[in-house]
Amino acid sequence: MKTTTYAAGILEAYEYLLTNHQDFFIIGQGLWSPWYVGATMTDLDKKFGKDRVIDCPVSELATTGATVGASICGYRPMIVHPRVDFMLLAVDQIVTQAAKWRHMFGGNSTAPATFRAIINRGGEQGAQHSQSLHSWFAHIPGLKVVMPYTAKDARNLMISSVLSNDPVVFLDDRWLYEKEEEYTEIEIIDLNDVLPQKLREGDNITVVGVSYTSLLCEKACEYLENTQGIKSDFFDLRVLNPLKLEEIIKSVNKTGRLLVVDGDWSSCGIASEIIASIMEKVNLDSLKSSPKRITLPDAPAPTSKALEQLYYIKEEQIVETIIELVK
Amino acid sequence: MKQEVNELIDPLKFRDRIDIKGIEKSMLVDMLRKMVLIRKAEEKLSEHVESGKIKCPCHLGIGQEAIGVAVSLVMRKSDRAFGAHRSHSHFLALNENTYSLFAEVLGKYDGCSHGMGGSMHIVDNDNGFKGSVPIVGATIPIATGAALAAKMDKAGDISISYFGDGACEEGVLHESLNMASIMNLPVLYVCENNLFASHLHIDLRQPSNSTSRFARAHHINYSTVDGNDVVGMYKLLKSEIESMRSSNTPYYLEAYTYRWKGHVGHRDDIDVGVKRGAQLDAWKKRDPIKRLADSLIHEGILTESECQNLNNEIQNKINSDWEKAELASFPQNEFLITQVYS
Repeated sequence: MKTTTYAAGILEAYEYLLTNHQDFFIIGQGLWSPWYVGATMTDLDKKFGKDRVIDCPVSELATTGATVGASICGYRPMIVHPRVDFMLLAVDQIVTQAAKWRHMFGGNSTAPATFRAIINRGGEQGAQHSQSLHSWFAHIPGLKVVMPYTAKDARNLMISSVLSNDPVVFLDDRWLYEKEEEYTEIEIIDLNDVLPQKLREGDNITVVGVSYTSLLCEKACEYLENTQGIKSDFFDLRVLNPLKLEEIIKSVNKTGRLLVVDGDWSSCGIASEIIASIMEKVNLDSLKSSPKRITLPDAPAPTSKALEQLYYIKEEQIVETIIELVK
Repeated sequence: MKQEVNELIDPLKFRDRIDIKGIEKSMLVDMLRKMVLIRKAEEKLSEHVESGKIKCPCHLGIGQEAIGVAVSLVMRKSDRAFGAHRSHSHFLALNENTYSLFAEVLGKYDGCSHGMGGSMHIVDNDNGFKGSVPIVGATIPIATGAALAAKMDKAGDISISYFGDGACEEGVLHESLNMASIMNLPVLYVCENNLFASHLHIDLRQPSNSTSRFARAHHINYSTVDGNDVVGMYKLLKSEIESMRSSNTPYYLEAYTYRWKGHVGHRDDIDVGVKRGAQLDAWKKRDPIKRLADSLIHEGILTESECQNLNNEIQNKINSDWEKAELASFPQNEFLITQVYS
């Protein structure tokens, strides 16, 4: 069986885009350096040239704005922020410029830039090298937000993001880079058609994960099915904005139980939004327990290893919560 | 910190006729027509901000017409200009489409942004005006990226970034100039230095009233010019832009000028306590339109009555465009949602 990894999936997406789309280019800090972006961009500059894979000054705002400007002028560029924390220096360009561009000009102009940021946390990196913040971006109309979990999606959805006619925040997770799976061929999918994907089938509970938490959920669901016969309808969200929850609502109507697991903070987070949106539309009589969410504690990421253990979501937490909800 | 001595900000100077030698008659008349059109269009807007028919914030640039006109005359349609909150002149200099602007300011579907933008979000792709936004400094990096795209296109196009002296206090100017310099990007940075940001004079905001120091710091060629001399700016840009097109280099133009109205709306801001009465009166005598018109009459290129006819024709067009815009329709309700995503 030919296998691939999440990081290799991203690299393959780049190779595909650089080969097939002359209007695609990448700019970002550290793109000519082997360690900034893991194995996701190895040797692209050597293969496709430093004019299309551009390392740049330490200027998140200007380089992100330049990406927006090039996208307005007919290109399909991507800015890479090797840590999402640094992308916050560029928020005006993403939230106030690109996301509004089409609407405020009445559809006469668009800014289809892709803003890739890498989530990279743990390892005692502390509060300012550990954020995810996807819920922030998902709050913004006009901005699409994509978070792949599988290697196949990391590749296919990156291609979809770049080819989308709208601005997209694409967040990939360094904790998934080594994740291995069976290799499939590239599929070109319109981002508008991408729905949450159901990765496990079951009647006892509906579980929703996002990016890295989908890995934890999948493992927890597998464990519970094998050890206790608890079967979960498990969904990986994939696109956080615009949210398309119809299939998950159907699932909750069937199972009567809902758990959302998200590696971001609780307050005003995507988990809150998913639960609220589903509760507005689900048949309340079908509910067998209150919906529940597992998120990070509402605190910045700690540095000490001991506190990190406490801070980040673990598979066992998900297992315990599912048991609690199902019993 | 001592101010840099700069006679360009002295309204008692540069009041006389301007040097029009070496420029074709048709070009000179075109310059005058465009400036008069912009002036009268903004006067019409001012009138209807006051009457209450215009609700959106209107930042008028009366007194600053020469800069956008000079730039527009060296642009070609495939160039790409980006503006800011005070961009009516940049837009009209390229297309003279007062109906489109009036309809937009009134929130009508016939407006350049189908009524979704108002005065601050105007666009005209076909004529090279790629958009204006009121977040100060925000289009500086966007224009820089447009220049990167132009460089990749290899067709010799350039981008233009219009901003004011206030935008030079935003960090993104430094980032963008650095990037354009190091990456050799053909972007023309046009600082319309009108000495005010909202209600605060540049002397209270910056240690020098010359923003060209930022270009100097980033090894970008620059000029500091009289922004009320349309011909002088045109001559300078014509030669500089040729070199930008062929060598992909950025250029920084600092044009000193003065806005006759206040920061926003029809008043002049003296009413809100900005002490600029004497200065304003002096600057009105440094009128970019009158100086060109006087020169044309003096050199026998136009007679006074031809000048008056031109004024009347433009006024009639503006009156009729305004009336038509008032009658135009608003966007359909579904536009609210259908324009969020492609």
